[in-house]
Amino acid sequence: MERRTLFPGRVLPALLILPQLVLTGVFFLWPAIQAIKSSLEREDAFGTSTEFVGLDNFVDLFGDPLYLAAIGRTLVFCACVTGIAMGVALGLAVLADTEIRGRAFYRTMLIWPYAVAPAMAAVLWVLMFHPQIGLVGAWLNRIGIAWDYKLDGTQAMGLVILAAAWKQVSYNFIFFLAGLQAIPKTIIEAARIDGARGVRRFRTIVLPLLMPTVYFLLVVDLVYAAFDTFATVYAVNGGGPGQSTQTLVLKVYLDGVVNANVGSSSAQSVVLMAGVIVLCALQFRFLGRKAAA
Amino acid sequence: MAGLKLDGLRKRFGNNEILKGVDLALADGEMLVIVGASGCGKSTLLRIVAGLETPSAGRVLIDGRDVTGLDPSARDIAMVFQNYALYPHMSVFENMAYALKIRGLPRSEIRAKVDAASALLGLEALLERKPRQLSGGQRQRVAMGRAIVRAPKLFLFDEPLSNLDAKLRVQMRGEIRRLQRRLKVTSLYVTHDQVEAMTLGDRLLVMHQGVPAQLATPTEVFERPADTYVAGFIGSPAMNLLPGTLGRDGTSVRVADADVALGAWRFDRPDGHRVVLGIRPEHVVLDALGMTWPVEVVELLGSEMLVHAGRPGGASLTLKIANGAPVGDAIRVSFPAAHIHVFDEATGLRIEPALASSRVREAGSRADAGA
Amino acid sequence: MRRRMPPLIPHAVLILAILLFALPIWIAVAGSTQDSAAIARGEVSLVPRLSGLGVYRDVLVNGSAGAGPVWRSLLVSAAMALAIAFGKIALSLPSAYAVTFFRFPFRMTAFWLIFLTLMLPVEVRLIPTFQVMASLDLINSFTGLTIPLVASATATLLFRQTFLAVPDELVEAARMDGAGPLRFLRDILIPVSGANIAALFVILFVYGWNQYLWPLLVATDPKLDTVVISIVKMVGVDTATEWNKVMATAVLALVPPVAVVLLMQRWFVKGLTEGDK
Repeated sequence: MERRTLFPGRVLPALLILPQLVLTGVFFLWPAIQAIKSSLEREDAFGTSTEFVGLDNFVDLFGDPLYLAAIGRTLVFCACVTGIAMGVALGLAVLADTEIRGRAFYRTMLIWPYAVAPAMAAVLWVLMFHPQIGLVGAWLNRIGIAWDYKLDGTQAMGLVILAAAWKQVSYNFIFFLAGLQAIPKTIIEAARIDGARGVRRFRTIVLPLLMPTVYFLLVVDLVYAAFDTFATVYAVNGGGPGQSTQTLVLKVYLDGVVNANVGSSSAQSVVLMAGVIVLCALQFRFLGRKAAA
Repeated sequence: MAGLKLDGLRKRFGNNEILKGVDLALADGEMLVIVGASGCGKSTLLRIVAGLETPSAGRVLIDGRDVTGLDPSARDIAMVFQNYALYPHMSVFENMAYALKIRGLPRSEIRAKVDAASALLGLEALLERKPRQLSGGQRQRVAMGRAIVRAPKLFLFDEPLSNLDAKLRVQMRGEIRRLQRRLKVTSLYVTHDQVEAMTLGDRLLVMHQGVPAQLATPTEVFERPADTYVAGFIGSPAMNLLPGTLGRDGTSVRVADADVALGAWRFDRPDGHRVVLGIRPEHVVLDALGMTWPVEVVELLGSEMLVHAGRPGGASLTLKIANGAPVGDAIRVSFPAAHIHVFDEATGLRIEPALASSRVREAGSRADAGA
Repeated sequence: MRRRMPPLIPHAVLILAILLFALPIWIAVAGSTQDSAAIARGEVSLVPRLSGLGVYRDVLVNGSAGAGPVWRSLLVSAAMALAIAFGKIALSLPSAYAVTFFRFPFRMTAFWLIFLTLMLPVEVRLIPTFQVMASLDLINSFTGLTIPLVASATATLLFRQTFLAVPDELVEAARMDGAGPLRFLRDILIPVSGANIAALFVILFVYGWNQYLWPLLVATDPKLDTVVISIVKMVGVDTATEWNKVMATAVLALVPPVAVVLLMQRWFVKGLTEGDK
């Protein structure tokens, strides 16, 4: 897309864009190049020398059952978070859209979790599900369910998924509600005259028109689940118990910072970069579709 | 006070030539309306004069000064836009004062000029309002005020009335005309609306596919259209254009199995030359002895009615006649010679007639010229 | 014609959802006013105790086990969120203006370089960015905490989107009126884009306030602890966690970003959904 009317001049725009380019170069591009470079190198045990090892780090990575397990875990985690966050948000948005009265009120009351930090989401859910002090956690134990996310990996995974999804519902809700309201009333009225009702009208008329929003949120939520939830997962259990909640981002941090294995951590970074690029490409296609719709 | 001169203006976007050479001269204080269908290049022409587009070739002269390469702000012109383009965050006063403020005029002078312009347009009570609090007509007036306040050498109007409803459009049309007469500022006005064009312009420029089709006064354009395009474009309902051939030594046209006599006129082309006969719907008359046309549809307009007739083979004819005239399944009509236009079918250009009786004299003068 | 489903059911479901969503917060609000020992026994009540409100003063001034006074970390968070929000706007508004309103050599290259940063979240280039900061001697500094988060593509893209939607005629009118590029930016474009700038401010403030991984890595000095870092530290203390203080801190940490979102809700929703993130 281009504007019809432009201002003449070349120096001024260059000066205007320069600061951002410099920061981008120093803090984004340069580190990214460094990540690619160190993913092809290996440090010796004392960190005194590095040697070029080609794709060895990647070969090791994909030969490591722990890493493969982390990939699987991350996929399950992302799918659950995205599915729950989008499903709940869509349901609530459809309900809020049916009645004009109170729509603004419901939006206000559902919008605020957007402001909650991923780390804070973890803290709040820990306070709720802590096996001893948590209102829900303690209650579960009282009624005879052995609840302790610090010992049980499945329970830990469930908790981080819920905490991560809880926070993302509001973002999705805002978009779904806006998307529903953007559907022309006349189309819905035409469908009513044609006799399409309830679920059928939603499935055959509303949902297809809402698909651009669905695609957009799908990508946003996947990126959120894959990266932003580092803080949520880390704050709940640090990836534990064992490795039960260790997602890929957590592993980059643990291997790179805690275990100081720069080569492997960099290779993992590069793998994640490839993942983001795929997601961005998908988003581009979906956004193109949205523009066409 | 200044004239405007365009010199061989061309504009191409990629392989698409939008303007294919336009020459034009506006006298000081003249209002010229550029009219044409969308895509004819009229807006591009206006934007080149404004300095918002650069021509691929040619020059723009305002008041004798070549401004082709100059920035819009350096041309001393003002423009009224179709969507008004008022600054939404500024009050009416600020909108009108902005250009003066940029020029660094003292506050008191700005106040005086804006007050004068708003008095002229009846905007005094609205000066503190924001554009969104105004009606369409009021916004239009503010846009005019913003142009007037600077006392520019040239006004440019880019379809300024097309966003208004029909009634308001008529009213604003009159206001623009009065204002322009009063201020005597040279003006270039672009529109696709032929009624606006006819009522507003001292002269019209009819554009067609990047080329000026006709440049003349509204009367001239209406009465003597330069080609079939202009003939069909100006006038509503559109002029009937019927294909035919010249006959009887250029004094009649054979149209749809009938000979139409051209009265005292003679058209200097060989017999059998393919032409297009033009006659406006309001000029066709019912005539018991005329050609027969089967009636297809009758539309009532109130005091008048439109009769659409058609013949097998595709020729169609529209008549505008007094309501209540006897119209059955078929009508018999004739074309008064005084209102007939003849165009060359191959070029579409108007063929100027000569008086049949002056044939000899004209031939003589041609011989003189050749000698 | 058949009636639509009775409106009571949607309302009931929505209200239930609102309550469920608010439950974690309410537990924190109510719990913060109660006795730490009682909470530790699992006897947290959903009714706040007014007499327990003193805990807020206590955490603000003294902090809790594992972290320093909360007023300090709130200050760090606020400074960081504001620096990131204003910094990003100050950086991306001119660059978006440059790519939308001018033609200059390498314009698209520059735009794509900026766009590329969308694909490089901080989590992905963690170690090398840390190394760059180390070589610039910015570890454990406020600059190091904020600067790398200031340059990002989202704000530039959003502004570009906004600027592309400004009608051409408005720009042309301003040029006719004699406004140069900087004047147009100041007098017309920024005021016209006010709602979008406000929306972006909300998004960026929340983004800055909520940072966790980067501060965790680059600012180990407790003086630079943000409130989000502090509270995770408090929870992480294994023994003798002062739960009422943790909850009070959680409430304090939530108030500023939630308040910003709610107060600027109208602009925020508009800017968010119209600009597509």
